[in-house]
Amino acid sequence: MRAAVIVFPGSNREGDMARALRQATGREPDLVWHSQTELPSGTDLVVLPGGFSYGDYLRCGAIAGRAAIMDAVRAHAARGGLTLGVCNGFQILCEGGLLPGVLMRNANLRFVCRMQHLRVERADTAFTRNYRQGQTIEVAIAHGEGNYEADDETIARLEGEGLVAFRYCDPLGRVGGEANPNGSRNDIAGIYSERRNVLGLMPHPENLIDPLVGGIDGRGLFESLAAA
Amino acid sequence: MKARVIVTLKSGVLDPQGKAIEGALASLGVEGVGGVRQGKVFDIELDGADRALAETRLRTACEKLLANTVIENFEIEIQSP
Repeated sequence: MRAAVIVFPGSNREGDMARALRQATGREPDLVWHSQTELPSGTDLVVLPGGFSYGDYLRCGAIAGRAAIMDAVRAHAARGGLTLGVCNGFQILCEGGLLPGVLMRNANLRFVCRMQHLRVERADTAFTRNYRQGQTIEVAIAHGEGNYEADDETIARLEGEGLVAFRYCDPLGRVGGEANPNGSRNDIAGIYSERRNVLGLMPHPENLIDPLVGGIDGRGLFESLAAA
Repeated sequence: MKARVIVTLKSGVLDPQGKAIEGALASLGVEGVGGVRQGKVFDIELDGADRALAETRLRTACEKLLANTVIENFEIEIQSP
């Protein structure tokens, strides 16, 4: 598994992401600057890390979503290449046209930074094979714009085609109410593209890979990818 | 040539910022405010004097970057010849 982590001005989670990828794959990922026009040859997985690309100017992810490297990322995804966007990376995937919908300001207008339970909606994708369907995992969230919105038709399609990857839930796996930290439609924390080779999610699995920081529930995602 | 682009949220899209502003206006004693929707204004300087060309360029700018047409509408006003 050869991974490339794309770095934009204002990205700040690329180090955490590289650590998680290194741990799972045994291989150092390439860090690729946004102004490049090609991915390193042999790239299997493209990762857009978290942060505040371009200072969140205009809309979160809007400017990064149109950066030079994104044509190569879109081509990689169109070929069926694995593509992961976390937090700002999810916003960039939506703004860049790789995933539908948009991440809006949290409904309570607060930046939320806390541990959060998620329900794994399906365990048959390249990203989730090392989890069980319906499993509840605990990871970190840290965002001000994670409120997933899309038109009714898009939401119906995501639900109907099984493209919801993770939902916010409580420790017992129950969705709704206080368990939803940002007002996302249908408690959506992450979604897949139609072919399930692109995943965007707001939570940070890359920060839960070491018992030293309180949990390793994020490892499953990287170990699934390493085996893909 | 000067132009102004106005980007607004589509109706039906929740606007938590607009709601917070509405609440703040009420707490400041500004009466009679029935609702607030927050948008963006871009003042843009364009080369040349061809209005039709300017309109085309601005439409491209809106569709490619200035507005996210999933949730936003845009209006273009060309202000000087």
